Amino acid sequence: MRWGVIVFPGSCDDHDVYDCLKRDMGQNVKLLWHKDELVGSFDCLVLPGGFSYGDYLRCGAMARFSPIMRGVIAFARDGGLVLGTCNGFQILCEAGLLPGALVRNAGLRFVCQQVWLRTEETDTPFTSQLKKGQLLRMPVKHGEGCYYADTATLERLRKNRQVLLRYVDAKGKTSPAANPNGSLDHIAGICNEGRNVFGLMPHPEDACDRLLGSDDGLKIYGSIAAAAARKGAAGASTRAG
Amino acid sequence: MRLKVFITLKPGVLDPQGQAVTRSLHALGFGEVREVRMGKYLDIELESATRETAQARARSMCDQLLANPVIEDYRFEIEE
Repeated sequence: MRWGVIVFPGSCDDHDVYDCLKRDMGQNVKLLWHKDELVGSFDCLVLPGGFSYGDYLRCGAMARFSPIMRGVIAFARDGGLVLGTCNGFQILCEAGLLPGALVRNAGLRFVCQQVWLRTEETDTPFTSQLKKGQLLRMPVKHGEGCYYADTATLERLRKNRQVLLRYVDAKGKTSPAANPNGSLDHIAGICNEGRNVFGLMPHPEDACDRLLGSDDGLKIYGSIAAAAARKGAAGASTRAG
Repeated sequence: MRLKVFITLKPGVLDPQGQAVTRSLHALGFGEVREVRMGKYLDIELESATRETAQARARSMCDQLLANPVIEDYRFEIEE
Protein backbone atom coordinates (compact mmCIF):
# COMPACT_ATOMS: atom_id res chain seq x y z
CA MET A 1 0.00 0.00 0.00
CA ARG A 2 1.28 3.47 -0.92
CA TRP A 3 0.86 6.39 1.48
CA GLY A 4 1.49 10.05 0.75
CA VAL A 5 2.02 12.52 3.60
CA ILE A 6 1.59 16.16 2.62
CA VAL A 7 4.17 18.57 4.04
CA PHE A 8 2.97 22.16 4.43
CA PRO A 9 5.17 25.01 5.69
CA GLY A 10 4.59 24.73 9.43
CA SER A 11 3.58 21.07 9.47
CA CYS A 12 5.21 19.43 12.48
CA ASP A 13 3.66 15.97 12.66
CA ASP A 14 4.59 14.95 9.10
CA HIS A 15 7.55 12.93 10.38
CA ASP A 16 5.49 11.44 13.22
CA VAL A 17 3.11 10.03 10.60
CA TYR A 18 6.02 8.97 8.39
CA ASP A 19 7.78 7.15 11.24
CA CYS A 20 4.60 5.51 12.46
CA LEU A 21 3.82 4.16 9.00
CA LYS A 22 7.38 3.30 7.97
CA ARG A 23 8.98 2.07 11.15
CA ASP A 24 6.06 0.72 13.12
CA MET A 25 4.02 -0.64 10.23
CA GLY A 26 6.58 -1.24 7.46
CA GLN A 27 4.50 0.71 4.95
CA ASN A 28 5.57 2.42 1.73
CA VAL A 29 5.42 6.17 2.52
CA LYS A 30 6.35 9.27 0.57
CA LEU A 31 6.52 12.83 1.90
CA LEU A 32 4.91 15.23 -0.59
CA TRP A 33 5.82 18.95 -0.64
CA HIS A 34 2.77 21.21 -0.75
CA LYS A 35 4.09 23.29 -3.67
CA ASP A 36 4.29 20.29 -5.98
CA GLU A 37 1.42 18.91 -7.98
CA LEU A 38 0.10 15.58 -6.77
CA VAL A 39 1.58 12.99 -9.09
CA GLY A 40 1.77 9.25 -8.71
CA SER A 41 -0.48 6.56 -7.42
CA PHE A 42 -1.54 6.48 -3.77
CA ASP A 43 -3.92 4.45 -1.64
CA CYS A 44 -4.16 7.02 1.14
CA LEU A 45 -3.12 10.64 1.57
CA VAL A 46 -2.47 12.02 5.05
CA LEU A 47 -2.67 15.71 5.99
CA PRO A 48 -0.61 15.90 9.19
CA GLY A 49 -0.82 18.10 12.25
CA GLY A 50 1.09 21.29 12.80
CA PHE A 51 0.63 24.98 12.24
CA SER A 52 0.51 25.37 8.47
CA TYR A 53 1.16 28.98 7.43
CA GLY A 54 1.56 29.82 11.11
CA ASP A 55 -2.20 29.33 11.63
CA TYR A 56 -2.50 32.90 10.29
CA LEU A 57 -6.00 34.18 9.51
CA ARG A 58 -7.62 30.85 10.50
CA CYS A 59 -6.12 27.39 11.03
CA GLY A 60 -5.89 25.71 7.64
CA ALA A 61 -7.27 28.70 5.71
CA MET A 62 -4.21 29.19 3.55
CA ALA A 63 -2.96 25.60 3.34
CA ARG A 64 -6.20 24.84 1.59
CA PHE A 65 -4.92 26.83 -1.42
CA SER A 66 -1.51 25.13 -1.63
CA PRO A 67 -0.93 23.79 -5.16
CA ILE A 68 -1.03 20.14 -4.05
CA MET A 69 -4.54 20.61 -2.63
CA ARG A 70 -6.07 20.66 -6.14
CA GLY A 71 -4.86 17.08 -6.54
CA VAL A 72 -5.88 16.12 -2.99
CA ILE A 73 -9.42 17.41 -3.55
CA ALA A 74 -9.71 15.60 -6.89
CA PHE A 75 -8.32 12.41 -5.27
CA ALA A 76 -10.92 12.63 -2.49
CA ARG A 77 -13.76 13.32 -4.93
CA ASP A 78 -12.70 10.19 -6.85
CA GLY A 79 -13.13 8.14 -3.68
CA GLY A 80 -9.46 8.07 -2.62
CA LEU A 81 -8.81 7.70 1.13
CA VAL A 82 -7.80 10.94 2.85
CA LEU A 83 -6.94 11.24 6.55
CA GLY A 84 -6.43 14.57 8.33
CA THR A 85 -5.19 14.73 11.91
CA CYS A 86 -5.30 17.94 13.94
CA ASN A 87 -4.23 20.72 11.56
CA GLY A 88 -5.01 18.25 8.75
CA PHE A 89 -8.60 18.05 10.04
CA GLN A 90 -8.77 21.86 10.07
CA ILE A 91 -7.49 22.00 6.48
CA LEU A 92 -10.04 19.39 5.31
CA CYS A 93 -12.85 21.49 6.84
CA GLU A 94 -11.53 24.69 5.25
CA ALA A 95 -11.27 22.88 1.90
CA GLY A 96 -14.90 21.82 2.13
CA LEU A 97 -14.03 18.10 2.11
CA LEU A 98 -15.53 17.80 5.60
CA PRO A 99 -18.43 19.82 7.03
CA GLY A 100 -18.13 22.27 9.94
CA ALA A 101 -15.13 24.08 11.39
CA LEU A 102 -12.64 23.91 14.26
CA VAL A 103 -12.62 26.98 16.48
CA ARG A 104 -10.79 28.19 19.61
CA ASN A 105 -10.95 25.73 22.54
CA ALA A 106 -13.78 26.63 24.88
CA GLY A 107 -11.35 26.87 27.82
CA LEU A 108 -8.99 29.08 25.78
CA ARG A 109 -6.07 26.88 26.82
CA PHE A 110 -3.85 24.95 24.47
CA VAL A 111 -4.59 21.36 25.51
CA CYS A 112 -1.82 18.75 25.49
CA GLN A 113 -2.97 15.53 27.13
CA GLN A 114 -4.03 11.93 26.66
CA VAL A 115 -7.75 11.50 26.02
CA TRP A 116 -10.19 8.63 25.80
CA LEU A 117 -12.13 8.20 22.57
CA ARG A 118 -15.16 6.03 21.90
CA THR A 119 -15.53 4.33 18.53
CA GLU A 120 -18.98 5.27 17.22
CA GLU A 121 -19.01 3.71 13.76
CA THR A 122 -17.04 0.85 12.26
CA ASP A 123 -18.32 0.70 8.68
CA THR A 124 -15.58 2.99 7.34
CA PRO A 125 -12.09 2.26 6.00
CA PHE A 126 -10.66 4.14 8.99
CA THR A 127 -12.37 2.23 11.78
CA SER A 128 -13.07 -1.19 10.25
CA GLN A 129 -10.75 -3.02 12.64
CA LEU A 130 -12.41 -1.51 15.68
CA LYS A 131 -15.54 -2.58 17.54
CA LYS A 132 -18.47 -0.28 18.12
CA GLY A 133 -18.02 1.32 21.54
CA GLN A 134 -14.33 0.36 21.69
CA LEU A 135 -12.28 2.83 23.73
CA LEU A 136 -9.03 4.26 22.39
CA ARG A 137 -6.30 6.18 24.20
CA MET A 138 -4.59 8.92 22.20
CA PRO A 139 -3.02 12.33 22.76
CA VAL A 140 -4.45 15.68 21.69
CA LYS A 141 -2.38 18.86 21.36
CA HIS A 142 -4.17 21.87 19.99
CA GLY A 143 -5.51 25.33 20.74
CA GLU A 144 -8.29 25.33 18.16
CA GLY A 145 -9.97 21.96 18.22
CA CYS A 146 -13.50 22.83 19.27
CA TYR A 147 -15.70 21.30 16.60
CA TYR A 148 -18.52 23.56 15.45
CA ALA A 149 -21.29 23.07 12.88
CA ASP A 150 -24.76 24.55 12.61
CA THR A 151 -27.77 22.56 13.83
CA ALA A 152 -28.75 21.30 10.37
CA THR A 153 -25.21 20.04 9.70
CA LEU A 154 -25.01 18.33 13.11
CA GLU A 155 -28.34 16.67 12.42
CA ARG A 156 -27.05 15.41 9.06
CA LEU A 157 -23.85 14.10 10.68
CA ARG A 158 -25.89 12.09 13.18
CA LYS A 159 -28.36 10.82 10.60
CA ASN A 160 -25.61 9.66 8.23
CA ARG A 161 -23.56 8.28 11.15
CA GLN A 162 -20.55 10.42 10.21
CA VAL A 163 -19.31 10.93 13.77
CA LEU A 164 -16.66 8.23 14.09
CA LEU A 165 -15.06 9.22 17.42
CA ARG A 166 -16.28 11.04 20.53
CA TYR A 167 -14.38 12.26 23.59
CA VAL A 168 -15.37 10.20 26.63
CA ASP A 169 -14.11 9.37 30.12
CA ALA A 170 -12.29 6.16 31.04
CA LYS A 171 -15.66 4.43 31.40
CA GLY A 172 -16.78 5.41 27.92
CA LYS A 173 -19.28 8.10 28.98
CA THR A 174 -19.43 11.57 27.47
CA SER A 175 -19.20 14.46 29.94
CA PRO A 176 -18.10 18.11 29.87
CA ALA A 177 -15.03 17.12 31.94
CA ALA A 178 -14.00 14.49 29.38
CA ASN A 179 -14.34 16.94 26.48
CA PRO A 180 -10.95 18.70 26.23
CA ASN A 181 -11.98 21.57 23.96
CA GLY A 182 -15.74 22.09 24.16
CA SER A 183 -16.49 20.36 20.85
CA LEU A 184 -20.20 20.21 20.02
CA ASP A 185 -21.71 16.82 20.75
CA HIS A 186 -18.27 15.70 22.07
CA ILE A 187 -17.10 15.23 18.47
CA ALA A 188 -13.45 14.18 18.10
CA GLY A 189 -13.55 12.92 14.51
CA ILE A 190 -15.93 12.84 11.54
CA CYS A 191 -15.99 11.43 8.04
CA ASN A 192 -17.63 12.75 4.89
CA GLU A 193 -20.83 11.30 3.43
CA GLY A 194 -18.79 9.13 1.06
CA ARG A 195 -16.92 7.72 4.09
CA ASN A 196 -13.55 8.09 2.35
CA VAL A 197 -12.37 11.30 4.07
CA PHE A 198 -11.73 11.27 7.83
CA GLY A 199 -10.63 14.11 10.08
CA LEU A 200 -9.85 13.93 13.80
CA MET A 201 -8.17 16.21 16.33
CA PRO A 202 -6.36 13.43 18.28
CA HIS A 203 -3.09 12.00 16.97
CA PRO A 204 -3.13 8.28 16.13
CA GLU A 205 0.48 8.58 14.86
CA ASP A 206 1.58 9.62 18.35
CA ALA A 207 -0.12 6.60 19.88
CA CYS A 208 1.94 4.06 17.94
CA ASP A 209 3.94 2.40 20.72
CA ARG A 210 3.19 1.41 24.32
CA LEU A 211 6.31 3.32 25.33
CA LEU A 212 4.41 6.46 24.31
CA GLY A 213 1.49 5.51 26.53
CA SER A 214 -0.61 3.75 23.92
CA ASP A 215 -0.46 1.98 20.60
CA ASP A 216 -4.17 2.42 19.87
CA GLY A 217 -3.37 4.72 16.94
CA LEU A 218 -2.11 1.70 15.00
CA LYS A 219 -5.70 0.44 14.95
CA ILE A 220 -6.70 3.44 12.85
CA TYR A 221 -3.76 3.15 10.45
CA GLY A 222 -4.17 -0.63 10.49
CA SER A 223 -7.83 -0.28 9.49
CA ILE A 224 -6.81 1.90 6.55
CA ALA A 225 -4.13 -0.58 5.44
CA ALA A 226 -6.63 -3.42 5.63
CA ALA A 227 -9.21 -1.43 3.66
CA ALA A 228 -6.64 -0.57 0.98
CA ALA A 229 -5.60 -4.23 0.76
CA ARG A 230 -9.25 -5.23 0.21
CA LYS A 231 -9.65 -2.50 -2.39
CA GLY A 232 -6.32 -3.49 -4.00
CA ALA A 233 -7.52 -7.06 -4.25
CA ALA A 234 -10.70 -5.82 -5.91
CA GLY A 235 -8.98 -3.51 -8.41
CA ALA A 236 -6.18 -1.03 -8.98
CA SER A 237 -5.45 1.72 -6.45
CA THR A 238 -6.90 5.15 -7.05
CA ARG A 239 -4.70 7.18 -9.37
CA ALA A 240 -3.90 10.70 -8.40
CA GLY A 241 -3.66 13.64 -10.74
CA MET B 1 -8.48 52.92 -2.59
CA ARG B 2 -8.66 51.53 0.91
CA LEU B 3 -10.67 48.45 1.77
CA LYS B 4 -11.69 47.88 5.37
CA VAL B 5 -12.95 44.38 6.09
CA PHE B 6 -14.73 43.47 9.34
CA ILE B 7 -15.07 39.78 10.12
CA THR B 8 -17.29 38.68 12.98
CA LEU B 9 -18.34 35.33 14.43
CA LYS B 10 -21.86 34.31 13.48
CA PRO B 11 -24.43 34.46 16.25
CA GLY B 12 -24.42 31.15 18.11
CA VAL B 13 -20.73 30.41 17.55
CA LEU B 14 -19.03 30.18 20.94
CA ASP B 15 -16.60 33.06 21.50
CA PRO B 16 -14.46 32.16 24.54
CA GLN B 17 -12.13 35.12 23.90
CA GLY B 18 -15.05 37.55 23.97
CA GLN B 19 -16.31 35.92 27.18
CA ALA B 20 -12.88 36.29 28.83
CA VAL B 21 -12.76 39.97 27.85
CA THR B 22 -16.30 40.44 29.23
CA ARG B 23 -15.24 38.95 32.57
CA SER B 24 -12.13 41.17 32.72
CA LEU B 25 -14.17 44.29 31.97
CA HIS B 26 -16.61 43.32 34.71
CA ALA B 27 -13.70 42.84 37.13
CA LEU B 28 -12.49 46.35 36.26
CA GLY B 29 -15.85 47.79 37.16
CA PHE B 30 -17.43 48.06 33.70
CA GLY B 31 -20.61 46.40 34.88
CA GLU B 32 -22.61 47.86 32.00
CA VAL B 33 -20.90 45.51 29.52
CA ARG B 34 -23.47 42.92 28.46
CA GLU B 35 -21.47 40.91 25.94
CA VAL B 36 -18.21 41.16 23.97
CA ARG B 37 -17.85 39.42 20.62
CA MET B 38 -14.37 39.48 19.14
CA GLY B 39 -13.69 39.72 15.44
CA LYS B 40 -11.01 40.63 12.92
CA TYR B 41 -10.32 43.85 11.08
CA LEU B 42 -8.26 43.93 7.89
CA ASP B 43 -6.98 47.13 6.34
CA ILE B 44 -6.25 46.52 2.66
CA GLU B 45 -4.80 48.92 0.10
CA LEU B 46 -6.24 48.40 -3.36
CA GLU B 47 -5.48 49.53 -6.87
CA SER B 48 -8.88 49.33 -8.50
CA ALA B 49 -10.12 51.37 -11.46
CA THR B 50 -13.64 51.82 -10.16
CA ARG B 51 -15.55 51.49 -6.93
CA GLU B 52 -17.76 48.80 -8.48
CA THR B 53 -14.74 46.67 -9.44
CA ALA B 54 -13.32 47.11 -5.95
CA GLN B 55 -16.61 46.00 -4.40
CA ALA B 56 -16.89 42.89 -6.55
CA ARG B 57 -13.26 41.95 -5.91
CA ALA B 58 -13.62 42.56 -2.17
CA ARG B 59 -16.65 40.28 -2.00
CA SER B 60 -14.70 37.61 -3.85
CA MET B 61 -11.73 37.93 -1.45
CA CYS B 62 -14.01 37.53 1.56
CA ASP B 63 -15.88 34.56 0.09
CA GLN B 64 -12.76 32.72 -1.00
CA LEU B 65 -10.32 33.34 1.81
CA LEU B 66 -10.86 36.10 4.37
CA ALA B 67 -14.00 34.73 6.03
CA ASN B 68 -15.17 31.18 6.66
CA PRO B 69 -18.92 31.13 5.93
CA VAL B 70 -19.42 28.23 8.37
CA ILE B 71 -18.54 30.37 11.38
CA GLU B 72 -18.13 33.97 10.23
CA ASP B 73 -19.97 36.92 8.70
CA TYR B 74 -18.24 39.84 7.02
CA ARG B 75 -18.88 43.38 5.88
CA PHE B 76 -16.59 45.88 4.24
CA GLU B 77 -16.18 49.56 3.51
CA ILE B 78 -14.33 51.16 0.62
CA GLU B 79 -12.68 54.55 0.97
CA GLU B 80 -11.26 56.50 -1.95
